[in-house]
Amino acid sequence: MQLKRKLADKLSSGWMIFSLAFFLLLPLAIGVGLVLKSKGLLHEHSLLDLLFSGNWAPSQNKFGFWPFIISSLWVTILAIVIAAPVCLLSAIYLSQFAPRWALKLMRPVIDILAGIPSVIYGVWGILVMVPFVSSLGAILNKETTGFSILAAALVLAVMTIPYVLNMLLEVFRQIPVELQEASLSLGATRWETIKHIILRKGLSGIISAIGLGFSKALGETIAVLMVVGNVVQLPKNAFSSGYTLPSLIANNYGEMMSIPSYDAALMFGALLLFAIILAFNFLFRYIIYKSEAL
Amino acid sequence: MEQTTATLKGIIHPYEHYGEGLTQPIVEVKGLNVFSKNAQILKNIHLSVPKNKITVLLGPSGCGKTTLLKCLNRLTDLYSDLRLDGSIFIDNEDILNTPRDITEIRQKMGLLLQRPFPLPMSIAGNITYGLKLKGIRNKKILEAKVEKHLRDVALWDEVKDRLSHSANSLSIGQQQRLCLARGLAVEPEIILADEPTSALDPISSKVIEEEFIKLKNDYTIILVTHILRQAKRLADYVVFMYYGEIVEHGDAEEIFNNPKTALLKHYLESGY
Repeated sequence: MQLKRKLADKLSSGWMIFSLAFFLLLPLAIGVGLVLKSKGLLHEHSLLDLLFSGNWAPSQNKFGFWPFIISSLWVTILAIVIAAPVCLLSAIYLSQFAPRWALKLMRPVIDILAGIPSVIYGVWGILVMVPFVSSLGAILNKETTGFSILAAALVLAVMTIPYVLNMLLEVFRQIPVELQEASLSLGATRWETIKHIILRKGLSGIISAIGLGFSKALGETIAVLMVVGNVVQLPKNAFSSGYTLPSLIANNYGEMMSIPSYDAALMFGALLLFAIILAFNFLFRYIIYKSEAL
Repeated sequence: MEQTTATLKGIIHPYEHYGEGLTQPIVEVKGLNVFSKNAQILKNIHLSVPKNKITVLLGPSGCGKTTLLKCLNRLTDLYSDLRLDGSIFIDNEDILNTPRDITEIRQKMGLLLQRPFPLPMSIAGNITYGLKLKGIRNKKILEAKVEKHLRDVALWDEVKDRLSHSANSLSIGQQQRLCLARGLAVEPEIILADEPTSALDPISSKVIEEEFIKLKNDYTIILVTHILRQAKRLADYVVFMYYGEIVEHGDAEEIFNNPKTALLKHYLESGY
């Protein structure tokens, strides 16, 4: 009996380490796989050229990823800039001011929003956001078809909101009510308490929620692909069309394999996406680390 | 320079102009009822709290002591499903039915909770938070106040070299003293303390208790506790509560030596 219990104990912790190691090694394996697959391209072209050249002509063996990188960053950053304040304000309202039934009502709504397949968001984007951006462009005197960075950012923002909002609600829920009592009893108003205490206490949680939303938005493929226009160019402004890295891969992988290096180029695109997400993750980690020192 | 010292003195000794009438009630609760969604938490509370004394709210847990304490500075506003009726007079002003800004009234009362909840800022920042809300920006005054109030709670020597460190770096006992100090910094008249030693080690508890005895010269203290021995050590005036009602109240000696109701007699003997 004693032996059996000890064995079970040993095995269970071994199993835990194995699962943990699996998750630790998975990103590493993906990264290594992508590097190996895109090695061919790196032999033919210099890394600087691949990253910063705007010349994209696969049939002439020219692969400049700069337009894709810029489009991806434009769309994602714009989406987060739109989504983050909305999420923050609604999370504060729901956790601090709203009656309890409002929060109860909102939870399933948020879950439903998060569960809608992205292709439906894409269709909604084409039907609603693209005409909206098109007429907005007409008002502002910008040349646009509506299929643009802005349309993609708006669709992405709506898709990101439920994720970030959910995380923010959890962040605010974990801040003890006694901290608010302490602040109020020192003579603060509700708003001063929110500004100085709640936002400060929740700062690292808020940053990590936005960071996760950022990663999700950067990788979002199908909905963006449907509304961003898919034109290889450096976007002049938010009304220009663009072409994001995930759309590039999804649109072209498995086609035109007759062109040499094309397969490797798409793999390199995936590697780029992976590296950008990794870099932003490190950046957010760093900011969180700094904010926790407060 | 002279002027600064004069202002400082004015701030540090706000109670000089009192002097007489020390025994008049500072808090008067009249006919207070508190309802939650499906229960009545406090039933028809009438209570006078004498000035510059330690008044102890005594009773088993769940009898409404904490709720009563939180009514006194209207922290009940935070809980939308609580409903209050009746009156609470503080300095002859009914705070439940006043058009005046509640934040000013709350600054008359310092609050000390069961566990310390340091604000997410530096040690000095915890002290200056309430002062800055009052509009005090002068660095010299703020620094002087930080030192004074940390000395008041016997914390200054322990933290004077790390005032800019996070308040979370302190031990629990130090944090609780810091919480007391930040409450004193806004110059309250009353200290509301909700089982302030229940999370502390014996030595920190003793420090807090000794502070209270010193502080009652300048402040009125209302202390919630379920520790009978602590009540006996500190109380001048005792209010015994049971299931949302005040069963018996009076001078500490009278209450502890000569309890009138069976409930209180049982409580004093058994401790619950």
